Amino acid sequence: MNPIQKTPMPVRPAGERRSSFDEVALGYTPDQAAEEAARCLHCKSKPCVQGCPVQIDIPAFLKLAAERDFAGAFEVISRASSLPAVCGRVCPQETQCEANCIRGIKGEPVGIGRVERFAADWQAAQGAAAAPQTSPGKDAPRVAVVGSGPAGLSCAGELARGGCSVTIYEALHTPGGVLVYGIPEFRLPKEIVRREIEALKKQGVEIVTNAVIGRSLTVEELLEEYQAVFLGSGAGLPRFMNIPGETLKGVYSANEFLTRVNLMKAYRENSATPVRRPKRVAVVGGGNVAMDAARCALRLGAEEVSIVYRRSMEELPARREEVEHAQEEGIRFRLLTNPVEIIGEENGWAAVLRCAQMELGEPDASGRRRPVEKPGEFLELPVDCVIMAIGTSPNPLLAGTTQGLETQKWGGIVADEAGRTSLPGVYAGGDAVTGAATVILAMGAGKTAARSILEDLKKKV
Amino acid sequence: MYRIIKKDSLNPTVTRMVVEAPLAARRAQPGQFVILRVDEEGERIPLTIAGYDRQAGTVTIIYQIVGATTMTLDRLKEGEAIRDLVGPLGTPTHTEGLRRVAVVGGGVGCAIALPIAQKLHEEGAEVHAIVGFRNQELVILQEEFQAASQRLELMTDDGSAGRKGLVTNALEELILAGERYDQVITIGPLVMMKFVCALTRKYQIPTVVSMNPLMIDGTGMCGGCRLTVGGKVKFACVDGPDFDGHQVDFDEAIARSSAYREEETRAREAHCNLFRKEAAL
Repeated sequence: MNPIQKTPMPVRPAGERRSSFDEVALGYTPDQAAEEAARCLHCKSKPCVQGCPVQIDIPAFLKLAAERDFAGAFEVISRASSLPAVCGRVCPQETQCEANCIRGIKGEPVGIGRVERFAADWQAAQGAAAAPQTSPGKDAPRVAVVGSGPAGLSCAGELARGGCSVTIYEALHTPGGVLVYGIPEFRLPKEIVRREIEALKKQGVEIVTNAVIGRSLTVEELLEEYQAVFLGSGAGLPRFMNIPGETLKGVYSANEFLTRVNLMKAYRENSATPVRRPKRVAVVGGGNVAMDAARCALRLGAEEVSIVYRRSMEELPARREEVEHAQEEGIRFRLLTNPVEIIGEENGWAAVLRCAQMELGEPDASGRRRPVEKPGEFLELPVDCVIMAIGTSPNPLLAGTTQGLETQKWGGIVADEAGRTSLPGVYAGGDAVTGAATVILAMGAGKTAARSILEDLKKKV
Repeated sequence: MYRIIKKDSLNPTVTRMVVEAPLAARRAQPGQFVILRVDEEGERIPLTIAGYDRQAGTVTIIYQIVGATTMTLDRLKEGEAIRDLVGPLGTPTHTEGLRRVAVVGGGVGCAIALPIAQKLHEEGAEVHAIVGFRNQELVILQEEFQAASQRLELMTDDGSAGRKGLVTNALEELILAGERYDQVITIGPLVMMKFVCALTRKYQIPTVVSMNPLMIDGTGMCGGCRLTVGGKVKFACVDGPDFDGHQVDFDEAIARSSAYREEETRAREAHCNLFRKEAAL
């Protein structure tokens, strides 16, 4: 047991990764998982749990994992989390549980996410026999969940455990939301998402695909049939920079690029959905979505892929591990660089991304130092593809079709900390409320809303 | 799965299907569209709702066999099923308060224009339908338009049916003959809509166009269907598909519509060869 460093996680070599959509991180062996779990100091105050949006009893599962009782460890995790195999892979642990770890003061914190991932994968490898099919009772309260992304799935899981009969309505043809359309295969294999969704179905959760709430059915109609409705419709319209050239061919929103590649499997040679296989790509933005888009472009055969970000590495919001993986794979980080124009060729395709060079000035409202243009300093990047990964605004469909549902000026649904909206019986959480955030925050919000629903339903009886 | 109740051929390249899709049928209105995926490996394509029966829980789609996906779709028979179908998407066409309207359709766009003409007609508006096709063989829905309008102008490029000329010729003649319209509604190829808008701008007649750009999810997520309308970015799937035609940047929309032309051609040829091989066996 190493007091200073995490047990290293085996990863696929960077050279191999550049052309493969197979998962990058390979996961611990049982020995590695037990060794890493044994690094937990079991401090009384459990600061790590405070950092977890779904409040997993982390020291308890680490103790069991250290004793090689992986089934027990999994059981502890799944009491709090509906998607352990997903969270172990995509949570920004370094800013949550692991940020609070006492081990982290003198060295690296305990690799909580890695052990969580191992426990979930280990359980799956034992076969599904462990989880028996359950179904809600005849008189169980009925709840509708709108959207099957992290917020919806976690809300549905919590409600099912609380004895509700739950129906999830999903607009796309496959459930999973951003877990299937956004996060790429090499970071989160779709088989794992499918497995987690199957587990929910075993708990009696019903999923209706191809149903757009706000169009096929309205929230009012749902309220006639269900005692409560949870809105987890997620991120909506992609933001653009409003600079000249954004409608040129070869300019994508990250949502479109990732949806083509991930949901529609355009990375396969024989896919019916086309995607451009660009050679020189600029991805604008510094979040996880930007990293995902850049690494997908690389795997589609691009020769040069740059991340274009207007602040410095210190402010870059992506998960640390993704940044490291991207760098290993050869993605260039052009920091303090801000696009001002996309210049097209005569045939209407993007050809040059013109950027201003920036420096950091005084801190802005977010507390981060505001980037300001250096006068007269520009960078011209030759490109055949530009991907805008600068965030999204909430989906307008629900707000536009639901009378009395209060929204923020920028379109987010107004919900209090417990997930209650301005409409009785209607709850909301995830990106639809906060704007683009992380999988785990959405899961936390889904779970919180589920608890409010259970509480309010009890009061009604 | 979404079962095909009825399938008939409107012309050698255009097919009509009635599909069982209760969720799409129950709130469908003219101007809205569905997105479908023929099979598990298929791409998502938007198709306008050409009709619906709420009681039977069916929607009607009309498509032109132009590419790999519509070829695959067209191989399905009555009783077989489409893998996925979602709708109704987009905002319905506004018809309230319109008293005199010219509905201008081109080619398979007439399939979208028809339910709008029917709705206006039912609401008591005076409807003049102007429909254009390349030649007689491609004419569709003539009787239906006849029944849904006070006046029908059928135009063909070669004069083999109706009169020889473009829809813009017929529209301008009517305007010059003193017909007054509250609005022109036009649906068809981008180039046709562009020229209809140029004409109606000259005569200052408000004009609504129905845009059909590339899209994937159709629910306001991917942003692939963006257009510039009045200098602002708009998304056809949630802000449209209907827009003020005098504000739409058609040249940009025309350029964007060709983004996947090479891939589309390749896929179509691959499918033609595959189907030919199957037929030979």
